Amino acid sequence: MLVLIGVLLVIVGFAIRLNPLIVVTVAGIVTALLGGMNPAQILDAFGTGFASSRSVTIFVAVLPVVGIIEFFGLQEQAKILIGRLAKLTAGRVLIGYLAVRQITAAVGLNSIGGHAQTVRPLVFPMAEGAALRRYGHVPEKISEKIKGHSAAADNVGVFFGEDVFVAVGSILLITTFVDTTYHLHLEPLQLALWAIPTAIAAFLIHGFRLLRLDKQLDKEYREYELTAQKEAAGEAK
Amino acid sequence: MINVEAVYWLIGILFVAWASLIAADTNHPRRWGSSAFWGLLGLCFFYSSWVQAGTAPGWILGVAVLILVVLASTGLLGHGKHRSSTGPERESYAKRFGNKLFIPALTLPLVTVILVLAAPVLNIGGTPLLDPKNTTLVALAIGAVAAVVVALLILKPKNPATPIFESRRILESIGWAALLPQMLTTLGILFTKAGVGTAVGNLASGLLPKGSLIAGVLVYCIGMFLFTVLMGNGFAAFPIMTAAIGWPVLVQTFHGDPAIVFAIGMLAGFCGTLCTPMAANFNLVPSALLEMKNKYGVITAQVGTAIPLLAVNIALMYFLAFH
Repeated sequence: MLVLIGVLLVIVGFAIRLNPLIVVTVAGIVTALLGGMNPAQILDAFGTGFASSRSVTIFVAVLPVVGIIEFFGLQEQAKILIGRLAKLTAGRVLIGYLAVRQITAAVGLNSIGGHAQTVRPLVFPMAEGAALRRYGHVPEKISEKIKGHSAAADNVGVFFGEDVFVAVGSILLITTFVDTTYHLHLEPLQLALWAIPTAIAAFLIHGFRLLRLDKQLDKEYREYELTAQKEAAGEAK
Repeated sequence: MINVEAVYWLIGILFVAWASLIAADTNHPRRWGSSAFWGLLGLCFFYSSWVQAGTAPGWILGVAVLILVVLASTGLLGHGKHRSSTGPERESYAKRFGNKLFIPALTLPLVTVILVLAAPVLNIGGTPLLDPKNTTLVALAIGAVAAVVVALLILKPKNPATPIFESRRILESIGWAALLPQMLTTLGILFTKAGVGTAVGNLASGLLPKGSLIAGVLVYCIGMFLFTVLMGNGFAAFPIMTAAIGWPVLVQTFHGDPAIVFAIGMLAGFCGTLCTPMAANFNLVPSALLEMKNKYGVITAQVGTAIPLLAVNIALMYFLAFH
């Protein structure tokens, strides 16, 4: 049971926002000491661990091609494509973005979007613009909800899209870990394939919730108008 | 035969190339620390070949890895100001090339999948062309090279080294996080060696009725979810829950298909990532970026997707992985 201190260290270290590399290294050393390894064995374990986990870092082989297409305006072109969604309702704008994000992540283009790259400058303004066209005025409560859902569409899209791509950290972490520990032999492509059913389910569930979002926003706007009218009536008395 | 070690050497060469670009950049605020980090990382990729083959001692590599951690976490690693194309330049390029920009990006997965599917018949005099133990990785590396060639042919940059210059920009923005997945894998291996999985497994077996498959699937998926919520990270949760339940119960006892069990188990963890403030860069940074009043507003928007999706993952694993 004592070895669980290592898990606790990771939880605490991440919670107080220490550099994750330090947290992971210290937790590893402490756990190994508690597990009865000596310093020489621990150094050896870090070395062999690094050597056998190199496949996780293969994502850097993808960087040169992403670098050159970004230089020639990949993100700008993606914005033009997303911009074509502009005539929809807030929920539908976000469904469109969810689809674009999930499909591009599934072919390895996670860097095409992101909270700083697309959500803040593009997706949220478009979704809010759609609400503005519909209601003529966007109360803060509605704006907050759209903000939350804009960021959520990005996260859901990238989490459940990238796992369909073979060179992504989580897939390679699985193969490296189980191949080293249990002497199995899993191909990343097999794992990526089995991520597809969940990817489809994620799109259906989140897409359905985004369709309902429009109705919820309608309802909230009616409530907002009612309170505003009551307040105006109260003042008139 | 194209061996997987060749792929790692290609990555090592890339790291060394980026390190030399940084070393040559006199305006870089952390010129020597940064070039030392990326250069040493590249050398570790070469040296690992002999460690993996058992012909060189692992502890030397262990020392190098600890040096990398120190370099990365003491602020010696920094971010250069790299001159890329400007906003207006990119806009005019985007107008000129349009959707052709996606062709190199699509070349990569396309070549990878074709090579993997064709691998069983690709051989020279009976020797397979691609390392049969690591077909996907070798195919991916070839796909990446092919994609760069296609990009150079379509976009015709003035400087053919543009892919290297531009990828240095992305690498530096990733920074130390590039090393994190490997360190988490190593941590997982150490955890398993020290018996963390067994300890969690003992705790969980109290909950687990003997001989019940559905209980095993539930504990594995919900455990992945909860550990991910606690640690903010599915990568850290995976080795623990897999050593505790995934491997001994689901694969060994119930003969589940490991690829399905592990792929879906990780995705159950991702549902946890949607629900936790510990995953700050996904859930808290955007609420700051969007100037939200409720900083948990992103999580609130995601919980309604995460919980049903967890249930779907449990069902998918139960129905697909065991025949």
